[in-house]
Amino acid sequence: MSNPVLTVSHLKKTFGENIVLKDIDFFANEKDVVSIIGASGSGKSTLLRCINQLEKPTSGDILFHDKNIQDSGFSLSNYRAKVGMVFQSFNLFNNLSVLQNCVVGQMKVLGRDRKEAEQRAMDILSKVGMDQYISAKPRQISGGQKQRVAIARALAMDPEILLFDEPTSALDPEMVGEVLNVMTSLAKTGLTMLVVTHEMDFARDVSNRIIFMDAGVILEDSTPEEIFNHPKNERTRMFLNRSIRNT
Amino acid sequence: MPTSFFEWVAFFVNKYGLFFIQGAGTTIFIASIGTIAGFAIGLAVAVVRTIPVEENDSLARKLFYKFVRFIFVAYIEIFRGTPMIVQAMVIYYGSAELWGLDMSPMVAALFIVSINTGAYMAEIARGGIISIDKGQYEAAQSIGMTHSQTMVNIILPQAIRNILPSIGNEFVVNIKDTSVLNVISVTELFFMSKSAAGTYMRYFEVFFITCLIYFVLTFSVTRLLLFVERKLEGPDSFVIHGSQTVPQAVIKGGRE
Ligand SMILES: Nc1ncnc2c1ncn2[C@@H]1O[C@H](COP(=O)(O)OP(=O)(O)O)[C@@H](O)[C@H]1O
Ligand SMILES: [Mg+2]
Repeated sequence: MSNPVLTVSHLKKTFGENIVLKDIDFFANEKDVVSIIGASGSGKSTLLRCINQLEKPTSGDILFHDKNIQDSGFSLSNYRAKVGMVFQSFNLFNNLSVLQNCVVGQMKVLGRDRKEAEQRAMDILSKVGMDQYISAKPRQISGGQKQRVAIARALAMDPEILLFDEPTSALDPEMVGEVLNVMTSLAKTGLTMLVVTHEMDFARDVSNRIIFMDAGVILEDSTPEEIFNHPKNERTRMFLNRSIRNT
Repeated sequence: MPTSFFEWVAFFVNKYGLFFIQGAGTTIFIASIGTIAGFAIGLAVAVVRTIPVEENDSLARKLFYKFVRFIFVAYIEIFRGTPMIVQAMVIYYGSAELWGLDMSPMVAALFIVSINTGAYMAEIARGGIISIDKGQYEAAQSIGMTHSQTMVNIILPQAIRNILPSIGNEFVVNIKDTSVLNVISVTELFFMSKSAAGTYMRYFEVFFITCLIYFVLTFSVTRLLLFVERKLEGPDSFVIHGSQTVPQAVIKGGRE
């Protein structure tokens, strides 16, 4: 078996006195779709943000293909292009059209020329069903459409991993499906994905692994089948009961 | 000699019309250059002041930024905290006395208005930059864009558009406040008016005309800027493209 794409070891993150991540160890292999579940405040977002260095870890290592991303010679810019992120609040560039949202990174970071970048953006936007809206500004489209554009923006960089931080939590219920559909078809293409989510159906049916986080530690890391049917930890069971009752 | 108010006004308009126009031209010139240069200064100061300093940056780097920020804050506080009329006196006469600089009143005027406006613009621009939500900055970082790429392509275009009304406001303030430059003999509208009025000792009639001219100037500028702002807001609708190979408009769509 090949080495993991991403390895996190002994990761710790504190904000002042507040220890948010205690001692996180995990890895993601190529084509893994890992759902990260857990109560609000358990540190899921902080974990993703440490992985793409929006937060600097207090201690611990993050390896991308066995290279330590915190080494001084490591190119953060290239790494970030390969590790895309989709945010709960979409965070589209409001001054740019749908098309240009997917073009600017390709040109500035990957050095592609405009023609190539626009072609690539068009291909991906049509995959997420947004090719009709290329000239719209973010303020002119719905939440579900924004999130599909945000996914396209990340995909346009040809990432090896995509991180999702509660991509459907800010959406009206009728728009959750369109975004989950896009994510499901992405999973089928073999893209490596880490998905923080409260969508238990997605976690069970689409991911091949589930990580349960509680108060800054990973309490369980196992297959959906194990986690849903034979949770080893009392807290996992309580969390799942609560989540499933709510949906 | 004219006898009534209106005859005097007509007299000055006839005799000094060109004089007034020259003064108004100078006023607009100084105000425009001062506002544009002030905007450039303010934007530069704001961009430097919003460079993020990371916890693990070197001590030298941290100290350097601290020092630069201190200088900028001092500049902003000093120029916003003293009247421009006093700044004009200090800079015009001071530069001659201390460094033997022989600035013409016009050069001094351009310098003073620019640097004064820059102090106000620095705060306006900083407000514009930090008002753009952090999410867009993080999204740009997450696809690998550097701080400067993010600023140039994402943050500044939005920040500048948002502060356009404040920039317009500074322009209007400058049209009025360049009048204080008469103390260093800049031949702007107020200075010209004073000379014309002094010749005939008719202050009311002359400054009545001056007042109208200032108002016409500021009012036109305000209208013009409103027009520009609307243009920059862009259309409410967008074109829905039929297919990716034939990008022709088939439906008009729009929200908000
Ligand atoms: N920038 C920050 N400064 C201080 N505390 C933070 C910051 N970001 C997150 N936290 C704290 O870290 C904890 C975990 O947050 P988060 O990772 O967002 O949890 P989750 O995504 O699981 O809901 C929370 O208690 C939160 O208040
Ligand atoms: Mg979160």
